[in-house]
Amino acid sequence: MSAASIELTLTPATTYLLRIGDTCLILAQRLGEWCGHAPVLEEDIAMANIALDLIGQARALLAHAGALEGAGHDEDQLAFLRNERDYFNLTLVEQPRGDFAASVLRNAMVATWLKLLWQRLAAESTDDEVRAIAAKAVKEARYHQQHSADWVVRLGDGTAESRRRMEDAFAGLWRFAAEMFDTDAADEAAAAQGLGPRWSELEAPWRAEMRAILDEATLEVPADSAFRSDGKRGRHSEHMGFILADMQYLQRAFPGGVW
Amino acid sequence: MNAAAPTAPSRVAAAWQVLHGVLDPEVPALSVCDLGIVREVLDHGDALELVLTPTYSGCPATEVIEHDVLAAVQGAGLGPARVTLRRAPAWTTDWISAEGRRKLAEYGIAPPGAAAHGPAQQATVRLIGRRSEAVACPRCGSLHTERLSAFGATACKSLYRCTTCREPFEHFKPI
Repeated sequence: MSAASIELTLTPATTYLLRIGDTCLILAQRLGEWCGHAPVLEEDIAMANIALDLIGQARALLAHAGALEGAGHDEDQLAFLRNERDYFNLTLVEQPRGDFAASVLRNAMVATWLKLLWQRLAAESTDDEVRAIAAKAVKEARYHQQHSADWVVRLGDGTAESRRRMEDAFAGLWRFAAEMFDTDAADEAAAAQGLGPRWSELEAPWRAEMRAILDEATLEVPADSAFRSDGKRGRHSEHMGFILADMQYLQRAFPGGVW
Repeated sequence: MNAAAPTAPSRVAAAWQVLHGVLDPEVPALSVCDLGIVREVLDHGDALELVLTPTYSGCPATEVIEHDVLAAVQGAGLGPARVTLRRAPAWTTDWISAEGRRKLAEYGIAPPGAAAHGPAQQATVRLIGRRSEAVACPRCGSLHTERLSAFGATACKSLYRCTTCREPFEHFKPI
């Protein structure tokens, strides 16, 4: 016996929320890969703690998206029983964890983006539940951002080896940033109904904060590329299927299994 | 005099008294009331409603706490009860009581300082090169302490060491 995939009935609002929730969920899954493998114990604990916060945020958003959808899907079904094309996370977070430099850079990029997004949602969303989730999450995202920014600086302005690793991390990941800011119909509809900001509005403050981190790290701001990723519309990189296989195996093989 | 069902105010008061004895599973020095996560106890006649505000989004203790407070209230013979989670306003360490802070320090965990709230304070949080508030060692009171790890054994704590008495200790992060 195995569990079948669930079919979603999407609205712009649920799409908008799943994009954020799935980004938290998939990044958390990637960070979990560091458990027992980080270069020092403190950072092992940090990765797991950040992952735990992200899972909590994902859980709240997925539960709310499920409630808005009204088809009886709970957060576990949404997390574990969708097909690949029905996940709407940023392509950035499904990329392999890479080395420690790549992981802390990705954490810095995503935490900066999430912090700005949570701030806007906490202040402006017309959805009470979204405002409440965001007001809590913004405190967590701020801490994650500070911690990962410290590491980008420490490695970028560190030894020749750590600097090379951080430069390689930027070379590999910076091109995925554009997806955080392009605007489409779901975004416009969410903004029109007051659910949350257009993501394009986050770009200027994100770039300013990333530049402050890069300056401190004595690194050049990487050039933008024409590359565009599209995970938030369900079109993922080749890595997504593998991470889902890992995540979904238990619930597929043992439907409804609980601790 | 009717000695049967307790009146509404006394049932609420009794529930609060019981809840003051329910310990946080991860920081068992504190009760859930010391921690400030029990926001309200309401008597709906048919049942008591216990309103909790979770601490961290992903705190694994949340479900244990829900279970523990229900078991305690029902076990005290206060009748049926249910738990509701209230997310807004978000929990802050500023809600930890004075009594809770004293118990934390006695337990060896440095209590949190005032949390940064509101747009004004948020603007002053520096991204780079922050100088955090000095955290006093819960053992010897020295302010000569340093952070060893931004994260700790639970979501709510970070790790410090005292450079005066040389002992490591945990710090409850202000959020």
